Amino acid sequence: MKFVVLLHQDEQIWRDASPTEREEYYRRHDAFAQVATRTGSTILAGEALAEVETATTVRRRGEQVSVTEGPFAETAEQLGGFYLVEAPHLDAVIEAVRELPEYTVEIRPAIDVA
Amino acid sequence: MTTPPPGPHEPSFQDDPLARAWREHWGRTVALLLGQFARPDLVEDAVAEAFASAAQRWPQDGVPDSPGAWLLTAARRRVVDRLRAEAVHRRKEPLMVVDARTRAAASATDPSAAAQDEHLPDERLRLIFTCCHPALAAEARVALTLRFVIGLDVPEIARLMLVRPTTMAARITRAKKRLTASGIPFAVPPAGRLDERLDVVATVLYLVFTAGYHPQPGAEPLRVDLGDEAIRLTRVLDSLLPGRGVVRALLALMLLQHSRRDARLGPDGRLVLLPDQDRSRWQRTEIDEALRLLRALPRTTGQGEEYRLQALVAAEHATAPSAASTRWDVIVDHYADLEELTDSPVVRLARAVAAAEVDGPDAGLALLDGLEARLPDHHRLEAVRAELAWQAGRPQAAEAGFLRALDLVPGGPEHEHLTERLAALRTEDLASDASPG
Repeated sequence: MKFVVLLHQDEQIWRDASPTEREEYYRRHDAFAQVATRTGSTILAGEALAEVETATTVRRRGEQVSVTEGPFAETAEQLGGFYLVEAPHLDAVIEAVRELPEYTVEIRPAIDVA
Repeated sequence: MTTPPPGPHEPSFQDDPLARAWREHWGRTVALLLGQFARPDLVEDAVAEAFASAAQRWPQDGVPDSPGAWLLTAARRRVVDRLRAEAVHRRKEPLMVVDARTRAAASATDPSAAAQDEHLPDERLRLIFTCCHPALAAEARVALTLRFVIGLDVPEIARLMLVRPTTMAARITRAKKRLTASGIPFAVPPAGRLDERLDVVATVLYLVFTAGYHPQPGAEPLRVDLGDEAIRLTRVLDSLLPGRGVVRALLALMLLQHSRRDARLGPDGRLVLLPDQDRSRWQRTEIDEALRLLRALPRTTGQGEEYRLQALVAAEHATAPSAASTRWDVIVDHYADLEELTDSPVVRLARAVAAAEVDGPDAGLALLDGLEARLPDHHRLEAVRAELAWQAGRPQAAEAGFLRALDLVPGGPEHEHLTERLAALRTEDLASDASPG
């Protein structure tokens, strides 16, 4: 089963993080990868995203296309990164996600549209 | 649409082979078929239909030698039929996540009772952990447990949970969909995660237990069978995962509360409160078992400690020779510990009642100060205030309190009880007004 793991956090926390704190973040992402592998999952993809102020929102309504600066929704916590994981089940994903830094993590199964 | 056969809740069927089969085989059959087919939607219907068929066939053909195997075969055939029909329509439903070993074990089941018993307890344990998965909403966990593990039908579950049957049907459908769609496994969690998951399971089992004891308007005031079922499942949990504090404490608590079942209702069907109950009708063997469990339980933390302290309170009541000789000072201490642990306003309310027994009504009332902000529109808070005001010799305040409580109480035995108390207060008040001085 494929799961998308969406990582949310207030961007200010990362901006304010000291080099030592950032080291701890990287260490936790490594631990995520290790636990995922150990519990039978495969990380298919994962990226950290540039800050939300770099976002561009495109909406098509009929033939009308609007391109605007900024994110689709303003929220206290922003989407800051994601993983795409092939995992045996939800519990395996949760087990690996426990290792990550203090994010709010949304786990969503991907559906097979083929 | 088939009418489900009577479940174990029908007292007249208590010793009926079908009712016994329901108790013993519903959860097992659901669990085995989930292990094999991973389709909660089909499995639930198939098992219900197998029991409906048993309700028709067994009275005519006689009860089969191995009712469990009969039911499993009948239900499995129905699942297979439905899967074939679906294949024809090329409809594809999402499968639940079931590990290969579980599936192999489930499909390899020898339909002889002996072979089943060897791995069946595990299957049922998986089912309980799946229904109580933390990724399900709390009310969905209870509903799924009542449906899948215990086998109550949807209207009954709706009545116990105080929602409309259509709402409950939608909730269960959504929960079943979520089981498959969100990737919740049909599995017992790994050892390292067992304890935090056990807390959730214990909470659900206790809710199942208390659902049978909440007097609902229009419903039978007591569902003793649900208490039996919850205790039985807790025993299964205890035998499969022995030595877990939270399970033992919960078992002790349930046994103590359940031991009073025969004394809780008067001959007229009205609720009899603890001090007025006939203590000779309490089940001594259950009380003794609970006391043995409690003596062996060390102080712990979290959910387990909550149940342990509640059980200790229940044990004080259970061992008091009479209401008047209850050791309320010990109970006050347990409630104080419990309040520190949980910060629960309901515990504060219970502590106030106990404190009033030790130090008088004003001590109790002092503990209730400001509690309405944390328990808004709570009829029991108003009722306790009224009783304490009455004891303190303030009948007007007591009357106002009873009236507020009656406004808030939903009906049923508690409503009747409050009406009686108010009438008694007014009678006493009149009598004292009439007397000179």
